[in-house]
Amino acid sequence: MEKLILRRVGSGGDEMLLNFGPQHPSTHGVINFLVETDGEVMKKAVPDVGYLHRSIEKIGEGTGYPGFMPYTDRIDYVAAMFANEGYALAVEKLLKLEAPPRAQYLRAASGELCRIASHLVSVGTMATDIGATTPLVHALRERERINDLIEELCGARLTYNYHRIGGVAFDAPTGWREKVLAYLDHFDGGDTPARSFITEFDRLITYNEIYMKRLGSVAVIPREKAIGYGLVGPNLRGSGVDWDVRRDVPYGAYRDFKYDVPVGKGMAGTVGDAFDRYYVRILEMRESARIVRQALEKLPEGEYMAKVPRRIKPEAGEALARVESARGEMAYYVVSDGTDKAYRVRARTGSFLAMGIIEDLSPGMMIADLVALVASLDVVAPEIDR
Amino acid sequence: MASRDSMDQNLGGDVILSHTSQLDKLINLARTNSLHYMLFGLACCGIELMQTGGPRADVDRFGAIPRASPRQSDFMIVAGTLTYKMAERCKLLYQQMSEPKYVISMGSCANCGGLFQLAYSVCKGVDKMIPVDVYVPGCPPRPEALTEGFLRLQDLVMRERWKDKRRRRPDAA
Amino acid sequence: MTPTEIHEKLKARFGEAVGPLSEPKIDPFAVVKGEAVVEVARFLRDEPGLELDFCEDLTAVDWPKRGVIEVVYHLFSYRHRHGVVLKVEADRAAPKVPSVEGVWKAANWMEREVYDLFGVEFPGHPDLRRVLLPDDWEGHPLRKDYVEAGGWHGIGNVRESPLVELRRLDEVAMAAAAKNRPPPPPPPAPAAPAPAAPAAPKA
Repeated sequence: MEKLILRRVGSGGDEMLLNFGPQHPSTHGVINFLVETDGEVMKKAVPDVGYLHRSIEKIGEGTGYPGFMPYTDRIDYVAAMFANEGYALAVEKLLKLEAPPRAQYLRAASGELCRIASHLVSVGTMATDIGATTPLVHALRERERINDLIEELCGARLTYNYHRIGGVAFDAPTGWREKVLAYLDHFDGGDTPARSFITEFDRLITYNEIYMKRLGSVAVIPREKAIGYGLVGPNLRGSGVDWDVRRDVPYGAYRDFKYDVPVGKGMAGTVGDAFDRYYVRILEMRESARIVRQALEKLPEGEYMAKVPRRIKPEAGEALARVESARGEMAYYVVSDGTDKAYRVRARTGSFLAMGIIEDLSPGMMIADLVALVASLDVVAPEIDR
Repeated sequence: MASRDSMDQNLGGDVILSHTSQLDKLINLARTNSLHYMLFGLACCGIELMQTGGPRADVDRFGAIPRASPRQSDFMIVAGTLTYKMAERCKLLYQQMSEPKYVISMGSCANCGGLFQLAYSVCKGVDKMIPVDVYVPGCPPRPEALTEGFLRLQDLVMRERWKDKRRRRPDAA
Repeated sequence: MTPTEIHEKLKARFGEAVGPLSEPKIDPFAVVKGEAVVEVARFLRDEPGLELDFCEDLTAVDWPKRGVIEVVYHLFSYRHRHGVVLKVEADRAAPKVPSVEGVWKAANWMEREVYDLFGVEFPGHPDLRRVLLPDDWEGHPLRKDYVEAGGWHGIGNVRESPLVELRRLDEVAMAAAAKNRPPPPPPPAPAAPAPAAPAAPKA
């Protein structure tokens, strides 16, 4: 760990080592980059993470199976539904049970609402990071409304703790369905897409010429590199890989829905640039709204919680369950030794590996583009550090 | 809390209730309505901090504007879990702020370690590192709660005597 | 392709180096000998029909009773949509597993994480250093026998009850007040005998 904030390196004396972070408004949490730079052009940027390492995996070995659920919220607080869902699915796989259909539909509906909320933060902060301040305020306004809907469902705004092993904690309250549908009409317009929030957002920022030029052909991640470095989710799809866990390894209620999987097409330059990763998120929000509509329209009647023993004690074995989180594939690997506490809980998160690619991409980039790269990868500090 | 004794005398501490003059009132009125906070979102609470500055809760209307640099900020909202690795950086940031400076500890993790009592890498409370003026409970606190905490801080500033730039601590005697 | 078929292919190619597939409890796995893991990984990635190009997860599990640390590889193929779980058992006293960083770049950070939290060394890794914990941290916390060092750099890891501290502050304040206060006046007597009290010393 370099203790110096700034020092000169190299023999020429023109190169500097710059500590970028951990407290910096555009590092998306507490991440540090050690940037070796010659003026504005970087020679190398080495990420230094772990400033938010909260030993969640170790705690998971001490709590019982249900007791770990609140901690999963804290693994990815921007999209906590998916962190809940992944853990619930992994333990359900160990117990060989399945959530009832109503629970699965509620999981899908709440999850996709959460995905919209998460992508709103992502695109909003991305715009702020590269210099446009207003879109964040627009995005936060919408996020507040989604938070209200989710709060009505599970009582929390940020750390939901909504999923249970074998179902969900609460049924949808009376009138919730109508409220969500009314909100979605505002969000993507329903029959009149021209007057929706997302169209307005597109007009304001997505097709803005400055924005497209600022992000086009910046921080290009080619297809092979994206796969090799283990990028997932929108980052992977931005590089042109047509892969979505919801569609390709379906889980829960996602088998029953019709939706498209957006893939980066190089609209503002090259396939796999920062704009593609941004635009995939914008398109995904529209798809998520479609999924929520379908889930609520088909919402089956019945129980929302399976019959689960009071003491959860899976037999010895191990299971890996994956979900498509807002930041891509999130996999929980749970090892049981037959007692009521997990022997090992491991969360495989997208942000951790997305950090690995930065050192490879950084040589020759401008410092300002490093901000665009980090923002377009949509990393969240606790998902990196856990 | 325990480390207050070992802390530098100049770092400040609790504010004592004291009689303030009219001039103090004028100065404090100006100060309370332009308290700039440092963006120091550490974890989950950072998102709520963002939403507090956002369109609905809107702490800007009280004169609280986010600043990115500690040199320009009057108080620091420690929003989230402080780990050991971050603890020294947090102290460094606090020392970089100019006097008079205040700290709001936001959320259970910053108050006492919260959910992460059993964690091997979490500092159990930000007040082990820096003195805290206002504690906001919650995991995470709602924007309304943080706004309330901010209003409490304004009360605190309002009662200060500008002459005593170094704030006395009740246990300094 | 099912895990069983992938395992048969592996068995045919590497023979003894690949152990039997575990009975399919939930996710079956095969134990691979440590020396062969890079060869096996390269074969799995490049062999047509397998093409496991996605290193989905690389982590470890500590088993102190058996004296091993298992390094677990979850591999997946985007093209064929199949996956396989491999494990390498390393001696707990001095765990060493060859690095697969040359095969999947994703292994770079995940191996660093395993090194950080379990202390498994990966010979062949280009940049093996701690990733999550500070560089001067002692011990590897996800091992089962890890004992907390009790804080770090002088920051204690115990938080006392706030009531204790509040009471202490209270006592300090009371002691200070008692010191500054003038000696306590005599207990207030009833109003009527009050004028008589000064007379008492005279008498």
